[in-house]
Amino acid sequence: MAASEVPSNSPAVKPPKVATTVEIPKPKPESLKDFGVLGQSRFGSSAGVRVADNIFRGAMLVSALSIFGIVLLVLWELIQKSQMTLHQFGWKFFIGSDWDPVAGNFGALPFIYGTIVSSILALIIAVPLSVGVAVFTTEMCPKALRTPISFMVELLAAIPSVIYGLWAIFVLAPLLRNYVQPWLAKTLGWTGLFSGPPYGIGMLAAGVILAIMIIPIIASVTREVLIAVPQNQREGVLALGATRWEMIRTGVLRNARIGIVGGVILGLGRALGETMAVTMVIGNRPEIAKSLFAPGYTMASVIANEFSEASDDLYLSALVEIGLALFIVTMIVNALARLLVWSITRGTPARAHA
Amino acid sequence: MPNGDIGIRPQSELSWSRKSANIMSNVAAVGAAALVLLPLGAIFVYLLMKGIGSINIAFLTQTPKPVGEPGGGMANAIAGSAMILAMASCIGVPLGIGSGIYLSEFGRNRFGDSVRFVADVLNGVPSIVIGIAVYSLVVVPQKHFSAFSGAVALGIMMIPTIARTTEEMLLMVPQSIREAAYGLGISQWRTTISIALRTATSGVITGVMLAFARVAGETAPLLFTAFGNQYWSHSLNQPTAALPLQIFTYAISPFEEWHRQAWAGALILIVLIVGAVTAVRVVAGRGMVRASN
Repeated sequence: MAASEVPSNSPAVKPPKVATTVEIPKPKPESLKDFGVLGQSRFGSSAGVRVADNIFRGAMLVSALSIFGIVLLVLWELIQKSQMTLHQFGWKFFIGSDWDPVAGNFGALPFIYGTIVSSILALIIAVPLSVGVAVFTTEMCPKALRTPISFMVELLAAIPSVIYGLWAIFVLAPLLRNYVQPWLAKTLGWTGLFSGPPYGIGMLAAGVILAIMIIPIIASVTREVLIAVPQNQREGVLALGATRWEMIRTGVLRNARIGIVGGVILGLGRALGETMAVTMVIGNRPEIAKSLFAPGYTMASVIANEFSEASDDLYLSALVEIGLALFIVTMIVNALARLLVWSITRGTPARAHA
Repeated sequence: MPNGDIGIRPQSELSWSRKSANIMSNVAAVGAAALVLLPLGAIFVYLLMKGIGSINIAFLTQTPKPVGEPGGGMANAIAGSAMILAMASCIGVPLGIGSGIYLSEFGRNRFGDSVRFVADVLNGVPSIVIGIAVYSLVVVPQKHFSAFSGAVALGIMMIPTIARTTEEMLLMVPQSIREAAYGLGISQWRTTISIALRTATSGVITGVMLAFARVAGETAPLLFTAFGNQYWSHSLNQPTAALPLQIFTYAISPFEEWHRQAWAGALILIVLIVGAVTAVRVVAGRGMVRASN
C-alpha cells in the first residue's frame, strides 16, 4: 500500500525512523522476509509500515468505539420509542399503579415495587451466603478444595436463567408451598409479610431464585477483594493473639468492606434486570401486596410477557419506557459497583489466585 | 498461633466467648458453602432425572408435535440456536477481540479507561433491554421477526466479555516479547497479531467460549427478535426457533408432555454450556481464568 508514495517520501521520513525500524534489520534482510512486511524494499518499508500500523490502530479503535456506539444507540432507541408515554404521562407514569392497556392507562408502580422488593429479598438471602462462601474459599478451606469449589460457584453463574426458571417452577415452588411457606406463616405470620394462601409461586419464590442467581457474582467479587487484602495484615492480627474469626473480621473483612459493597451492588444490578427465571415464578400479577406469598410482577417480566403482543403504539411506548427506566437504573447501579470494586482491586494483579 | 509451650498466651486463656465465636464462624462459613452448592447439585440431579428419559432420536430429529400428540422433538430449535449463535459470533468475536486489542495495546490512557468502564457497564445491562433496542433497530424496519435480529442482540452481548478477557490475556504476554519483535523491525500490527495475540490464543479462546456460553442460554432478548417457530425455518429472515425459547414456552405450558420435553431440552442446553465452560478450564489451565462477570 502507498507504494507510489514511498520513493518521494523516504528521504524526508527516514532520519527519525532509522533507530526504530530500519537500521536494525539491515544486516540480514533476507532472514526477515518471512515476516512479510520487510524485504520488498529495504528503504521503502518504513512509510508502508507506518500506514499499515495506522490502519490497524484505526480498525481497533473502531471496534473499541463500537462499545460506546452500542450504549448510545440503545439509549437513543429507547428514548425515541418511549416518547409517546413520556409526553402523555410524565412522572405520573412511575407513581401510577393502574396498568390497564385496554383503557390506555399506564402506571408502572406495581412493576417498580415488584422489582425492588424481589431484589432486596434476593440480597438479604444472598449477601451472607456469598460472603460466607468467599471467606470459606479464601481463608478456611484446604487448598485442594479451593479450585473445585470456586469452579462450582462459577458453574452456578453459567446456568441459563431459563433453566433456573424451569427448576424453580417444578422443584422450588412445590418445596416452598409444602414446607417453607406453612412454617413461615406459623412462626412469622404476625409480621404480615408471610400471610395468605401458600401458592409456592410469588414474590418469595422470585426472591429465592434471584438469590441463587446472584450469589456467584457477589461471591466471586468478594473473593477477589479478599485476595487483594495483603497477607501480612492477616499475620499481624494473628500475631496479636487473635482467633481466626477475629483475624477475618478485623483484619480482612473490615479492609475489604468497600469492595464487598461493590460486589453486592453488582449483584443488585443483575437482580434488577433478571428476566426469565423471575417471569416464570413471580406470578405475574400487577398489584402491590404486603405479603411475600402474594404474586407480583417486575419491570423486566412485564416487558418479557407483553412486549410482543403490545398492539397499539401507546402500549408499546409504555413498555419501552419501563425498559428505559430499567436501563438507566442498571447503568447507574453497575457504574457505582464498578467504581467501588476498581478502587479496591486496582493495583493488585487482577488474576491473582490463592 | 501462640500456644502453651511458648508461654505467651496459653490456649486456656482464650475466653469462652471468643472461642465459641471462632467455632461458630467456621461452622457458618462451611454452612454457607454447602448451602450455595446445594442448589447447583439439585439442579443437575433434577435435570438428569427428568431430562434423560425424554432424549431419544425423535427428540433430536423431529419438530414439535401439536398439543395432545405425543412425541416430536426440538430439532428445529437446536438447529435454530446453532444458526443464531454462529451469526452472533460473527458479530461479537471480531468486534470483541478488536476492542480487546485496542484496550491492551493502545488503551493505557484516559480514553482507554472510559472504554473499559463502558464495556463493564454494558456487561451489566439487562439482556431484555438489549432485546428492545434490537427490536426497534432491526425488527421494526424489517417488519418481521428474524434469526438475524436475534443474532444481532446476542452478538452485542458477547462484545464486552470478549473485549475484557482479550485485554487481560494480551496484558499477560510479556512486554519483552513485543520488544524483541520490534527489535527485529517487525511492524506493530504484525507484532500484535502474529506474536502477542498468538501467544495469548488460549486465553482469547477462553473469553470467546465464556461469552458464547453466556449468550447460548439467553432467552429474554430472543423473545421479540428471533421470536420462536414450531417448524423448520429455512431463511435468516424468518422467525426462528431457539432452544432456550422452546424450553421457556414448554415450561410455562400446562401440558405434562411439554414439561418433559422442556426438561430434556434443558439437559441438552446445560450439557452444551457446561461442556463449553469445562473446556475453557482445560484450555486455560487451572485457575488462571475465571468467568468474568
